[in-house]
Amino acid sequence: MTELLKAVNVSKVFGSGGLFKKKETVALENMHLSIRESPPSVTGVVGESGSGKTTLVRLLMGLLSPTEGEVLYKGRDLQKMSRDERLEFRKEVQIIFQDPFEVYNPFYKVDHVLTTPVTKFHLARSKREAQELIENALEMIGLHPEETLGRYPRQMSGGQRQRVMVARASLLRPRIILADEPVSMVDASLRATILESLRKLSQEFGTSLLYITHDVTTAYQVSDNIIVIYQGSVVEIGDAELVIKNPQHPYTRLLVASIPLCDPDQRWGQNSAADLVKNTSPMLNQGCKFADRCPFTESKCRTNHPPLFQTDGHRAVRCFLYEDSPVISGSAVGEVLLRKG
Amino acid sequence: MKADVLQVQNLRVYYQTEVGAVKAVDDVTFSLKPRERFGLAGESGSGKSTLALSLMCLIKPPGYIEGGQVLLNGVDLMKLSEDEIRKVRLDQIALVPQGAMNTLNPVVRIKNQIIDGIVDHSNEIPRGALEERAHELLKRVKLKPEVMNMFPHELSGGMKQRVCLAIAISLSPKIIVADELTSALDVVVQRQVMLTLGQLQENLGASVLLVGHDMGLMAQFVGRIGMLYAGKLVEVGPVREVFKKPLHPYTQLLIDCLPSLEAKKRFKGIPGLAPLLLNPPPGCAFHPRCPQAMSRCSLEVPRLAEVSLGRRVACHLYTGDKK
Repeated sequence: MTELLKAVNVSKVFGSGGLFKKKETVALENMHLSIRESPPSVTGVVGESGSGKTTLVRLLMGLLSPTEGEVLYKGRDLQKMSRDERLEFRKEVQIIFQDPFEVYNPFYKVDHVLTTPVTKFHLARSKREAQELIENALEMIGLHPEETLGRYPRQMSGGQRQRVMVARASLLRPRIILADEPVSMVDASLRATILESLRKLSQEFGTSLLYITHDVTTAYQVSDNIIVIYQGSVVEIGDAELVIKNPQHPYTRLLVASIPLCDPDQRWGQNSAADLVKNTSPMLNQGCKFADRCPFTESKCRTNHPPLFQTDGHRAVRCFLYEDSPVISGSAVGEVLLRKG
Repeated sequence: MKADVLQVQNLRVYYQTEVGAVKAVDDVTFSLKPRERFGLAGESGSGKSTLALSLMCLIKPPGYIEGGQVLLNGVDLMKLSEDEIRKVRLDQIALVPQGAMNTLNPVVRIKNQIIDGIVDHSNEIPRGALEERAHELLKRVKLKPEVMNMFPHELSGGMKQRVCLAIAISLSPKIIVADELTSALDVVVQRQVMLTLGQLQENLGASVLLVGHDMGLMAQFVGRIGMLYAGKLVEVGPVREVFKKPLHPYTQLLIDCLPSLEAKKRFKGIPGLAPLLLNPPPGCAFHPRCPQAMSRCSLEVPRLAEVSLGRRVACHLYTGDKK
């Protein structure tokens, strides 16, 4: 199996601050990721705001160039692609942005976002064929073409707009869809509908999905694999069942214990893992990024950056608590995700 | 039985538009008991924020109160003058508004923002006592004393939210209205802020009205919940019963589509769209989306009626055979 999209040891550092006092922000550090051609997979990337989720998407789309490492699509570096290769990449990898309000130009009807890809990528030979293609795409995600086409974005709800975006992505039959918080701005009842349409797309066309979110519950529901990032680095990566049902990294434990479950009988425990965590704002230190908040911190956590330890066949954790397990190299991370039975 | 601290009776809040009145809050009746945690849940556009603002008499044109009463310990807030209501706000009923962290003034130190509200209610307290009070309040919301002299941009979202809580409790109100308190925070911080709110409420002996769309948060925090749909209360009951056995078809579908950490299942959304409040469907506003709709539902508006002790629902399925 060939690897379709691959991030190798990718870091992104943003320079900020004034002319004289340069301040550097490490948005993403030594990130490894790989999405294979088949079978299609759904990978959830979970992290709090500011953890580097959106930076990751932008790097994977080639919208940002990595400070270190490289992002490869079918073995070609995104930053060094030829024009034709880039066109192919743009067709085969689609993105769905977080905000369904800002992606539309208010002066155009919604048809515009659907007809543009059809003409740009020569998907249809006649107007009629184009129309048919668009209508099919809309119907597949549960929108009625007659109620959708010909309207302006402002005449549609957030959920409808976001579903049109899913339809647009599906028109191109992409190999990969990157969904950056696709449901964070819509209500619970529509959230379910949109996620279901993404899942359907993945199953019917064999499209792999990278689902980026801060919502652990929906990530668990949608994903085969989950990557938890904290302060720009991967803390836990592996099979969704393992990571969520039996979290190992102290941060993942805290994250899972903090989910407000929709069950009044399972309230936030008073003495759960979450209460052990110190409430300090994270600082940059040389070692583990979570060391200042972690209840298990030892001296080495502050001085050494822990590698990823492979604790299960399908899971790796960046924490010295598991240092008896074998260390896995970055390029082998993809293997952890793939050995799923 | 203790008297209710807050009674909202047949409250109607409309917005005037060129094409008619938008009924954002339409005939809402509920009450809040002392020390109670009551949740008002609904999707965007269901009128929850308008309702929260109207309790504080903060509705501004084109919005207006069409009718109804808000009784705070028996006093109708709607009848008070602007000067009188200013005395009530913060002192007896305090609001933590939506996106509270963006309501802080960026160029005023935190301590002065806390003191502001206290001074407005009584300007005889000496400066030293005020600062001490601000210090004490920050301690109660679990912030370090250094925060006193900081500016909002130096604080994280969770810390700003705590400052807003400190302001809300500065005069020990009897009711705290929290509108989407934690919707901008991630789950870890959200949990910490909610636990702090719970402790503050217990220490003050206050009631909390939590307004929001996050059903998980409701399940975690409140004792009783009211479901809003298209400006109307469609179901009210103890949170455990509502989650275990929802009565209104809307509540049933909504609870059904919440993702859980239990077994993976197919996502099911509620078919159709929330109605426009400008021109809601006749009869029950939910009937076009309701799988159990009957012919009566499109003709007659169901009334919120008690079906069992403490449980009220506005649906013809439950009131039909009684008449």
